[in-house]
Amino acid sequence: MASTGIIENQFLETELNVSAKRTETLFKILFMFMAGLLILPVLIILTTLVVKGSSMISFEFLFGNPTNGMTEGGIFPALLGTVWLVGVALVISVPVGVAAAVYLSEYAPDNWFTRAINLAIINLAGVPSIVHALFGVGAFVIFFGFGTSILAASMTLAVMTLPVVIVATRESLQAVPHAFREACWNMGATRWQTIRRVVLPNSVSGILTGVILEVSRTTGETAPIMFTGAAFFIPVLPESVFDQTMALSLHLFVVSTQVPHVPEALPYGVALVLISMVLLMNSASIALRMHLRGKKKW
Amino acid sequence: MDSGIDMNTTTQTEIEANTELAIGTSALNLWYGDFQALYDINLAIKQGVVTSMIGPSGCGKSTFLRSVNRINERLGYVIINGSIDVFGNNIYDPEVELVQVRKQVGMVFQRPNPLPTSIRENILFGHKLHNRDKKYSRDDEDEIVEESLQQVLLWDKVKDHLKRKATELSLEEQQKLCIARLLPVKPRILLMDEPCSALDPKGTAAVEELIWELRGKYSILIVTHNMAQARRASEECIFMLMGKVIEHTDTADMFVTPQHQETADYIEGRYG
Repeated sequence: MASTGIIENQFLETELNVSAKRTETLFKILFMFMAGLLILPVLIILTTLVVKGSSMISFEFLFGNPTNGMTEGGIFPALLGTVWLVGVALVISVPVGVAAAVYLSEYAPDNWFTRAINLAIINLAGVPSIVHALFGVGAFVIFFGFGTSILAASMTLAVMTLPVVIVATRESLQAVPHAFREACWNMGATRWQTIRRVVLPNSVSGILTGVILEVSRTTGETAPIMFTGAAFFIPVLPESVFDQTMALSLHLFVVSTQVPHVPEALPYGVALVLISMVLLMNSASIALRMHLRGKKKW
Repeated sequence: MDSGIDMNTTTQTEIEANTELAIGTSALNLWYGDFQALYDINLAIKQGVVTSMIGPSGCGKSTFLRSVNRINERLGYVIINGSIDVFGNNIYDPEVELVQVRKQVGMVFQRPNPLPTSIRENILFGHKLHNRDKKYSRDDEDEIVEESLQQVLLWDKVKDHLKRKATELSLEEQQKLCIARLLPVKPRILLMDEPCSALDPKGTAAVEELIWELRGKYSILIVTHNMAQARRASEECIFMLMGKVIEHTDTADMFVTPQHQETADYIEGRYG
């Protein structure tokens, strides 16, 4: 064979290689296309809102009262109401959620009680928001006697978003290397001393990210606040947690479907404000995480 | 002592006779659930001596080490009977406070695990924890930091950047720091679980030198896979196999004239 003087290259492509390569390319493009599709709804929603709603945005729109049967004027009571609702919901859900997550991550033995809590968290996350709304009416509005109020609505929101806080917190606690805990325990630190001095300080970034994501989710919720504390139209601003309030998400629903003769741009303007708040908070959470990640080294 | 335990009488008299023991165990059995990891361990480990524990993987040497500062029991499924006396007190006595045990019995791990804070804070962590009721001035603290780092031969290297993150040090320095941070609470026993296995040869030599340096001041128990290390860095040696202690003698004797066939086979590298 070698006598011809030409050695045939044994590494040349065969038919089989060619067909495998073709399939490879096909699937890569297919998967990339599917992933790319994700961008589409975001782009369409944002463009539509900006195109149709940006003409509404003005100082009077953001800081004025709705007038003329909500067909004119601003959205300030709703904007402020949303801030109230989210703020109070956070004050309730963050301490409860973080404490629960610390228990589950740092203390809980693997027994039926822990498993029951985990099951409850999973199921709580799966309850439809309208069911939370009805639960809120029964529990907070009627049973605890808070009436339809910010407090009742925020508590409903808090119950609904608790799983988010717990799961996010637990994950960031678990991300703290176990070796740090062992180091502390072996120096005679109790669980709590370990948590306070080492585990929590090193998981703050993750916990905050979870909290901010919860805020952005809570901001947009409509059903849970509809029956529990958010009102169709109130011209005065809330003064305490026992007042009712307007809220952006409900206001959007109202001006889009419940009120006649609303100019077309108005609902788009409300939606634009709402989504801007959410995106702003999401970006804040990403920025914060990147900032804190950069600081820690192990 | 626990009356429910059937004890080998000769062993007991032996242990009682010797009050100079750092660690004395009698009829120590340990189970992980259904799996028995330690069988009837009767050991007398002397004070101020470096003792090494060798044996193939899974022989129970780490399990034993982790029982001496009761870090094992954190796993809910560990069952222990028998006793481990540390300086004459059974640490499994119900009235024993775990924190006090951990203060006296420090532990160094396979992978250096400094806390993600400064070098200074690492040294002061245990000290602050156990002296919350007392006030220490900055000067006192500086002194503690210096003294601890001096003892582990690290002071000259890090004295100018005590504020640096401990996790930025080399592995060898981290491991020395992990030893140093135990010292401010004045432990009497140092347990080391393969303290050099994550280090390069130079780091290993440096840490071994340190261990040798600390001998006498502390009672040191080292678990190691590395027979050469046991030979170099320990005065007494314990050979374990399948949860049992086979032999416990002077290191020099163990490697020259092992008394048991299993020991001889192991140190000649026939298994393990």
